Amino acid sequence: MKTLNIIRQSGLYIFLLALVLFTGSIWIGNYQISQEVMETYVAEKGIQSELFLESVNATVVGKEFTSSWSLHHALDQAVSAANSTHKANGEWGKVIWSKSSEMAFVLGKRGAGGSVFDNKGMWLFLTFGLGILGGLMFILPGIWLLGPAGIKNNNVFFNPATNRGWIGWIAMIWLVLFYCILYFMPHLAMSWTFIVEPVKDVFAPGGASQWFLYGLLYCTVMLVMGIRMIIKYRHSKYHIVRTFSVLFFQIVFAFLLVELLPLFQLPAVDFKNAWPLDYDFLFDWNVLDLLRNEAYGKFGLFVFVWGIFFSLILVPVFVYFFGKRWYCSWVCGCGGLAETLGDPYRQLSDKSVKAWKFERYIVHGVLLFAILMTVWVGYHSYNVLHDAEPNDSQAVLLGISAHDVRSWYSLLIGSIFSGVIGTGFYPTFGNRVWCRFGCPLAAYMGIVQRFKSRFRITTNGGQCISCGNCSTYCEQGIDVRWYAQRGQNIVRASCVGCGVCSSVCPRGVLKLENGPEEGRINDNPILIGNGEAIIRDTIG
Amino acid sequence: MLLVCYTLWYSKYTFGLSSTLRLELDLQTRISNFMQRIVIIGNGISGVTAARHLRKLGKDPITIISEETPHFFSRTALMYVYMGHMKFEHTKPYEDSFWVKNRIDLVQDRVEEIDYEKKSLTMKSGGQLSYDVLVLALGSKPNKFGWPGQDLKGVQGLYSFQDLELLEANTHKPFATGASKKVHRAVIVGGGLIGVELAEMLLTRGIEVTFLVRENRFWGNVLPLEEGEMVRRHLIQHHVDLQLETELKEILSDENGRAKAVVTSKGETIECQVVGLTAGVSPNIEFLKETALETQRGIMVNEYLETNHPDVYAIGDCVQFSTPPPGRRAIEQVWYTGRMMGEVVAQNISGKKQKYAPGFWFNSAKFFDIEYQTYGNVAANPVEGEMNFYWEEKGGMIGVRLVFAADNHKLIGINTFGIRMRHELIDRWLREGQTVEYVLQHLRNANFDPEFYRTFEAEIVKEFNSAMNANVVLAKKSWKQILNLTK
Repeated sequence: MKTLNIIRQSGLYIFLLALVLFTGSIWIGNYQISQEVMETYVAEKGIQSELFLESVNATVVGKEFTSSWSLHHALDQAVSAANSTHKANGEWGKVIWSKSSEMAFVLGKRGAGGSVFDNKGMWLFLTFGLGILGGLMFILPGIWLLGPAGIKNNNVFFNPATNRGWIGWIAMIWLVLFYCILYFMPHLAMSWTFIVEPVKDVFAPGGASQWFLYGLLYCTVMLVMGIRMIIKYRHSKYHIVRTFSVLFFQIVFAFLLVELLPLFQLPAVDFKNAWPLDYDFLFDWNVLDLLRNEAYGKFGLFVFVWGIFFSLILVPVFVYFFGKRWYCSWVCGCGGLAETLGDPYRQLSDKSVKAWKFERYIVHGVLLFAILMTVWVGYHSYNVLHDAEPNDSQAVLLGISAHDVRSWYSLLIGSIFSGVIGTGFYPTFGNRVWCRFGCPLAAYMGIVQRFKSRFRITTNGGQCISCGNCSTYCEQGIDVRWYAQRGQNIVRASCVGCGVCSSVCPRGVLKLENGPEEGRINDNPILIGNGEAIIRDTIG
Repeated sequence: MLLVCYTLWYSKYTFGLSSTLRLELDLQTRISNFMQRIVIIGNGISGVTAARHLRKLGKDPITIISEETPHFFSRTALMYVYMGHMKFEHTKPYEDSFWVKNRIDLVQDRVEEIDYEKKSLTMKSGGQLSYDVLVLALGSKPNKFGWPGQDLKGVQGLYSFQDLELLEANTHKPFATGASKKVHRAVIVGGGLIGVELAEMLLTRGIEVTFLVRENRFWGNVLPLEEGEMVRRHLIQHHVDLQLETELKEILSDENGRAKAVVTSKGETIECQVVGLTAGVSPNIEFLKETALETQRGIMVNEYLETNHPDVYAIGDCVQFSTPPPGRRAIEQVWYTGRMMGEVVAQNISGKKQKYAPGFWFNSAKFFDIEYQTYGNVAANPVEGEMNFYWEEKGGMIGVRLVFAADNHKLIGINTFGIRMRHELIDRWLREGQTVEYVLQHLRNANFDPEFYRTFEAEIVKEFNSAMNANVVLAKKSWKQILNLTK
């Protein structure tokens, strides 16, 4: 026991060291942009602004920058000065639309030096390697330390990491900043992308984007925390099987295939990503790529048809048979992260009726937004496919441009809601913030699940003692107890079927199952044990 | 308009006046000629169920009085608060706004005296409250059997919210180590459900537990030998020092009047800092003894839950039936009976006279990691005219017992350990008088374990066939039977 505790403690310190090194690597690196690199970039992007060129030649080219933000600052000054003059003069062709952060990322990566750049392998070990090692040293002793298999929620509400205490708030701030860097300040993530380049080289050499970093980190975190999940719930085959399932779909479909397909001149598709979660499916570049890229042969068409068939036919049919859990708790990447990294935080979801009302407005609002956005981009893509000559009016429907609609959606929903808030808020507001309040696919499947499905959580007669474990540990904030104590089955649009309510129930009251639709929703609950006479006719 | 006036008026008084005064004003304005003031003493599961069902059935003003907590909470969940699985607020089955919305008035006070003639209550705070109908849902209190030292500091039972607070005060904070760890060993007296829960609670704070059980097995007056043995093995797995056939003789005091050790019937002195008394509970009716209300061990009621006074009912743990329902005991102190009595009393007060007919016994519990469910009657010791079939999985953590009549093989009761069963279906089988062979044949339908769990029906049937020389053939799962569908 003592040795195991020492291993566990050391694991924690090793993990923290890895985290500090990973975070600290942002401050490491210097950047020098040569004339040649700059010219290549300007040519690639088709930048027409001579003001910009003049300015960067004076302030950027050949200069040594000791941080990514000083490089970004210089570029940003050049871009905004040039743009304000061009805009004032009405020289729209010369305005630079590239984001200065993106520019700093691309240029910086081509002119980088410093410890991380020179020792990628070592840094990979110091961050990912030590992180995995420390994490496993912390997690694996649980096999012995947690005692016999069973529910292990001791001290959850006494621990500042899991009771919305100071550790939770720090973790939240870290995650929110991480997502802000990923989406809005990629130049700060340059060192991180160098760290993962030895892995990227296995697939295709030539530098890793921040999205490769994110994908690799995502898979690593899910894998390590998936092991934790399996140890914690090792008495339950349901949780073991579904944890393997989400790990499989994330690692194979969302990561490996996406990396491997382009090596065979095929589109990088995540086959399990369904619209409207996969919101850019009908974007013009995606449609054109799939349907017009000769290199793909018939494969592009297959992917296009599969996407439509999957989202509109398979998804609802599967929800009818199994409930939306087949996607949310077994296949989905967002769900996968929520069920592994997010498991320690599931008790933090808000169970109030108020939160439920808010949830219904906002999640269906996002679904509506996604549908409208898709109509606009679909109209645009259709025009692009059918008109030989591209023109500005192709994107405009009812006076609104598809470009505007989709960039608002991408920013508000695709980046801020699903990433910054959706995952960033795990440690303080629970692990399904995105899935519950934001995911349009969850809303779509929820409607099917509520009205036409064989799935329900059956309440076992009159055995409920109203203890509240089910509601407390419901990540979706469903007040499960409200139904269970009335002997009523739980049929709720938001239920993702994680099965934890059933696991934490000390009296064996809840069972997730797929059965006949008849009797699924029992609005007139009969509590067993009280003769039949009373309850049947009077208590509704 | 009227509604608006009422709301304004109501909110003014809600925030402005003491609760008792507010209540009186509130009642006077709301009561019309045909309404009756219903006052319920006790906000546990029975009192609250009564109130909820009364509200569904009518518009009478309802008041619940309790000293324990302002709002209803699940008593059975107190252990999870101590273990950090939940916060106290999570144990409240209804949001605080529920009571206002349903116009159920809550008063936090203690009733000291009941005047049955004047139909009025005297409160600890000094206030008076009159009623038309009174429901006594007083609950129970931990048993103390006159042990020397039973009132020392550090000696306590576990029943109420205050007991939980006391336990927090008697033990150290979570994660305490070294000098701040003030309790190293606790002794628990009495092997029942609360005892095993208390053991689990204390272990989460790193406190070693010695568990004194009078019988030759855990919960010996309820569990048959094999089940008691299974729980014993599991307790040992969790490092509980279980001492069977051992009773408490005396609790020794230190110089500050705090428990420092116990002496057992085997002559052993065990040093400890906390003593948990969990040898059952008894009706909490001290203040009613020697009054005009008829009591024995509990408040005496008939099958309509009526006491010897008109318009005074009693429900839940504090009740003793003069004629118990068929197959049931005179005093039954579990969550479910409290709930059912609450449902019935609401019918009776609303003029839909119903007998309390709890049907077949059922109960469930969890002993650390082993879940237990029981349906029908499973006697602790063999009964004449009954037969037993007990199956246990090799690992010794999963078991099923079927009790049936020796002559016609009709199912009498079933115990399950580590397997969940469908309450509704087994209840139906018991009602229909199905035989043990029928039950085994359709056992797959009764399984309520989560999906993908290992199933044992084939193994159980095989062992039954060989032990009883029978030839039961296991049937496929049938939703039609599970849901009792006619189609």
